[in-house]
Amino acid sequence: MQPVIEVQDLTRVYYAGTVPVPALRGVSFTVEPGEFVAIMGPSGSGKSSLMNILGCLDTPSSGSYRLEGREISSLSDDQRAAIRNRRIGFVFQTFNLLPRLTALQNVELPMQYAGVPRSRRTALAKEALASVGLSGRLHHRPNQLSGGQAQRVAIARALVNDPAIVLADEPTGNLDTRSGEEIMAIFQSLHRRGKTIVLVTHEPDIARHGQRILHFRDGLLVQDERVAQPVDARDVLERLTEPAAPVNAEGVSAAR
Amino acid sequence: MNLWEAVRTALNSLSANKFRSFLTMLGVIIGVGSVVAMTSIGEGASSQVTAQISTLGSNLLTVSPGRTRGLPGMAFGSRGAANLLTYRHYTLLQAAGLPGISATLAEASSRAVLRFGKANTTTTVVGTTPSYPSMRDFPVALGRFFSNYDLERMTRVVVLGNTVAQDLFGDARPALGQVIRVGNVDFTVIGVMEPKALGGRDLGDQVFVPLTTAEKRLTGSQYVQSITVQATSPAMTSLVADELNRFFLLQLKDPEKFTVTNQQDILDTIQGVTGTLTLLLAGITGISLLVGGIGIMNIMLVSVTERTREIGIRKAVGARRRDVLIQFMVESATLSLLGGLVGLAGGAAASRIIARFSGWATVLSVQAVVAALVVSIGVGLFFGIYPAQRASRLDPIEALRYE
Ligand SMILES: Nc1ncnc2c1ncn2[C@@H]1O[C@H](COP(=O)(O)OP(=O)(O)O)[C@@H](O)[C@H]1O
Ligand SMILES: [Mg+2]
Repeated sequence: MQPVIEVQDLTRVYYAGTVPVPALRGVSFTVEPGEFVAIMGPSGSGKSSLMNILGCLDTPSSGSYRLEGREISSLSDDQRAAIRNRRIGFVFQTFNLLPRLTALQNVELPMQYAGVPRSRRTALAKEALASVGLSGRLHHRPNQLSGGQAQRVAIARALVNDPAIVLADEPTGNLDTRSGEEIMAIFQSLHRRGKTIVLVTHEPDIARHGQRILHFRDGLLVQDERVAQPVDARDVLERLTEPAAPVNAEGVSAAR
Repeated sequence: MNLWEAVRTALNSLSANKFRSFLTMLGVIIGVGSVVAMTSIGEGASSQVTAQISTLGSNLLTVSPGRTRGLPGMAFGSRGAANLLTYRHYTLLQAAGLPGISATLAEASSRAVLRFGKANTTTTVVGTTPSYPSMRDFPVALGRFFSNYDLERMTRVVVLGNTVAQDLFGDARPALGQVIRVGNVDFTVIGVMEPKALGGRDLGDQVFVPLTTAEKRLTGSQYVQSITVQATSPAMTSLVADELNRFFLLQLKDPEKFTVTNQQDILDTIQGVTGTLTLLLAGITGISLLVGGIGIMNIMLVSVTERTREIGIRKAVGARRRDVLIQFMVESATLSLLGGLVGLAGGAAASRIIARFSGWATVLSVQAVVAALVVSIGVGLFFGIYPAQRASRLDPIEALRYE
């Protein structure tokens, strides 16, 4: 089977004025369909730089990036926009929802640019929000949602055009343990349903939810680790609920 | 994204900053508003003047003695000018049968006291020729106007203006067939004119007698104040003017002794003035819309900067350059169109108010409305291009990192 992601000798050099700052210094790996890959490394090791390239938000300085067999580095702006729209779902650490739109409208946004007709769009957006447990929050604005809920809206938005791959750059970074674990539970359930997921984190506990961990240091891939026994977020959530009695029965909205 | 959705998105983001959006629109509001008000007043005034001039009759050319100015057909305009034109010129002109002339008219007016029984009134007595009612578009209501027969025989018949008839006979008695005294001479009333006014002047306050009768019985003067001819069509008027100049030069031997005034020239002059005013208004519109447009561009640039992150997010989820470009263009066009609509309403209201106080009829033409709206959309689009391009060219990752 063709790999979803195929990266070869990828580099990314920024310029601070005229001083070159190499963020990626020759990275190669592949991700197969249905894999759940965690990328780990200390701050500044180039994780976000890599994710932005994988998400077609940025272009590499050199090297090759194939998404579903298609070379990306040579594509035009608009072609990359179309790929971001249909083939990639990107989840950010800071959610990046439009503050003036409701949860439903935020989730509809990618379909708007995909030209999905209005009625179908609303139905699909509702479905996506339901799948992340937010049927009750359709008409809330981002500032009326907890961090965990906002991130779930962002995940619904990432999923709504049925992308080939979901990329998440520290999606739990701004969340408390419990909300973070809930987000991880959603990613794991997506994974069980066959989605390919690449997730960046600097927390080892989070990384161990994946099947495979790519360790980064100073812009280089230093270790490709198989996880023998991935952590199941559902077990963690259960454990989190047991000892502390006064957690609300819903176990969701009390997060923040 | 279709256009309607783009407009809704635009309205949504414009309403996020209502007061700022309003201030931004103000330039366009004032520009469109003042132009709509001014053109509707201007068009009203000019159509009123044109209508007044055509109440004098159409396609008329007037020959007056001396160098005179003024509106054609107003025999009073040449008062005090040299006594040069006579009834003989009128008959010669008729006899000459110049092409392009459908009717000829001579006039000499004087003041006289009219009496009937105990009633009396002082009024203008116009000595004229039979073509007067048709050429002046001033028909007879009762009885008849005098004929060429009356003119040749110098009969003592008079046609009364409706005001004079009222003054002398009131409502009760019929005027027709009665004998009244004009100065010291008895005249038989053979007709009463329709009511008519010109620019507030009551044309019913005059009476008409055959020119020859007036000459012989009333004034003793052989001179007429003007000779007027009617051209067969507006296109013929300049040709007829040339003919008249040639004819009277031959008769009077001196171009300084007469003036030919072309009613069409005056209409043209008025239209020319209106045209100049329109041009001036267009200039003012242009400048005010330019200023309004620059205001829009300025705010759109600010808005693009403020919303860099929004643009980044939209691009991250798949907005192409074109999508962002359209979004911001539609936003500035919507802003400008809203300004145009408010300006239109304001301008129309202002012209109504001015119409009420000045008594002028104002005309808000469909063309002006359409032009105002099309131009305001155009301004929004034109001045929105640059900010929208800036927005569409933002790099997604840089835009997301902004702040
Ligand atoms: N836009 C940029 N301009 C200059 N240097 C940058 C830029 N983005 C990241 N860097 C640098 O590149 C390196 C890798 O950054 P990043 O990919 O964000 O790492 P991580 O996500 O692992 O923390 C860091 O040294 C960082 O300072
Ligand atoms: Mg990072």
